[in-house]
Amino acid sequence: MIDWEPLILTFKLALITTVLLLFLGIPLAYWLAYSKSKIKPVIETLVSMPLVLPPTVIGFYLLLAFSPSNTFGNWVSEWLGLHLIFSFEGLVIASIFYSLPFMVQPIQAGLSSLPKQYKEASYVLGKSKFKTLLKIILPNIKPALLTGIVLSFAHTIGEFGVVLMIGGNIPGKTKVASIAIYDEVEALNYSTANTYSLILLIITFSILLIVYLINGGYLKKMNR
Amino acid sequence: MIQLLLHKKLHTAKGMMPLDIDLAITPGEFVTLYGASGAGKTSTLRMISGLLTPDNGKLVVNDVVWLDTSKKTNLKPQQRKLGFVFQDYALFPNMSVLKNLEYALEKHQDNSIITELIDMMELGELQHQKPSTLSGGQQQRVALARALVQQPEILLLDEPLSALDTKMRIKLQDYILKVHQKYKLTTILVSHNIGEIIKLSDRVCLLEQGKIIKSGIPSTIFATHQMSAKFQFTGEVLSIQKEEVVFIVTVLIGTNVVKVIAQESEIANLTTGDTVIVASKAFNPVIQKVL
Repeated sequence: MIDWEPLILTFKLALITTVLLLFLGIPLAYWLAYSKSKIKPVIETLVSMPLVLPPTVIGFYLLLAFSPSNTFGNWVSEWLGLHLIFSFEGLVIASIFYSLPFMVQPIQAGLSSLPKQYKEASYVLGKSKFKTLLKIILPNIKPALLTGIVLSFAHTIGEFGVVLMIGGNIPGKTKVASIAIYDEVEALNYSTANTYSLILLIITFSILLIVYLINGGYLKKMNR
Repeated sequence: MIQLLLHKKLHTAKGMMPLDIDLAITPGEFVTLYGASGAGKTSTLRMISGLLTPDNGKLVVNDVVWLDTSKKTNLKPQQRKLGFVFQDYALFPNMSVLKNLEYALEKHQDNSIITELIDMMELGELQHQKPSTLSGGQQQRVALARALVQQPEILLLDEPLSALDTKMRIKLQDYILKVHQKYKLTTILVSHNIGEIIKLSDRVCLLEQGKIIKSGIPSTIFATHQMSAKFQFTGEVLSIQKEEVVFIVTVLIGTNVVKVIAQESEIANLTTGDTVIVASKAFNPVIQKVL
């Protein structure tokens, strides 16, 4: 019988990260889609960095930033009472950075491709920007939102390098499935590693399949 | 009274074009902006609604200053009380017809207006459908109804009928005329269709390169270069008016509008929208350079 804890921890991490990312990603994507600011390319680049950067690099710098021995890490641990290194909270924050482009980019693309007349029509009808976002814009980019949510979730499940750097390998706290697999392989427990791997494989396949089915219009009722 | 004084440098496909609009509109008037595409018609409507900010200018509506760049006053689109019908309707795809109309309601506004508009625009049977399932003409009616929910005093129509066939056009022109009169609206229409302009508007402004080059009663503006000769044309009947003992039939031939005097017997089975032949027996055709 395998230890389910790493799997449960993985999904807990992915779920919390995705929910937080959704609330963070929508305003960020909104700003990126509509702003004409000069610093927009810089922000866009920063958001996309995790796509190309080795996860260990992100992990390494977050490790430095969160370290209680420097000002920021110290401030976080003193004022917020959060220890971000080798803790679950730290993993959540690191995952948010790591999966940010997977949430922001689909939403941004969805917003950009939505005809601006919808927004303008709502403004002319006297509705605020917030109400327009909530009632008009978001309901009309549902496929993009779904893509963002699922990709962020799946990407967080697949996290390894960042977790290893910042979380380590503490059972029940930071030992997620991907780390557990590595652990088992190191200990030559191939069959346990295989069980974990297969579960992750099947779950991520199913999640992605559902997204493509919904967004592709194969399950029309769920999309409407 | 609406006073418009708008200046903006527009970036068009042909390069920079200064838009200079100086226009006064009396309450209840139906004004049409006519001109080639890129002449600045839509930009003018967008500036009135606040969706586009002019470089400098002034916009006063019934003694309320909506925009005055010299005093840095610029009301947001949300604060300007007007109805706007977009060229492609801009109905919210996620809402049914009824929900589209209800969304337009102001806070605490009585929703009896919705029932009234649904009845007037004959949308009763369509009210629970999504916009994507409606025909162009139906969508247009919904867009028109939605623009009227807040009972604005000003209605802006941006080429609302350009995507519709002739039959649907004529029907919707009647709806527009009906609401214009019923709600005592001041209406500003952007249109390319001369027949439509003559039928609907009190005044037409010809826009060219961002400036109003001519303005006046549509039938006179469009009929100035008409000469009759020994020719034969086919055209569409725009209107039939009784003048003393004869009837004057206004016919659209190509893009020109011609007035023809007719006897009662000749107009007996003629109605607006009919295709007719206009023939003339003049012996000395006049030739004159146009513009």
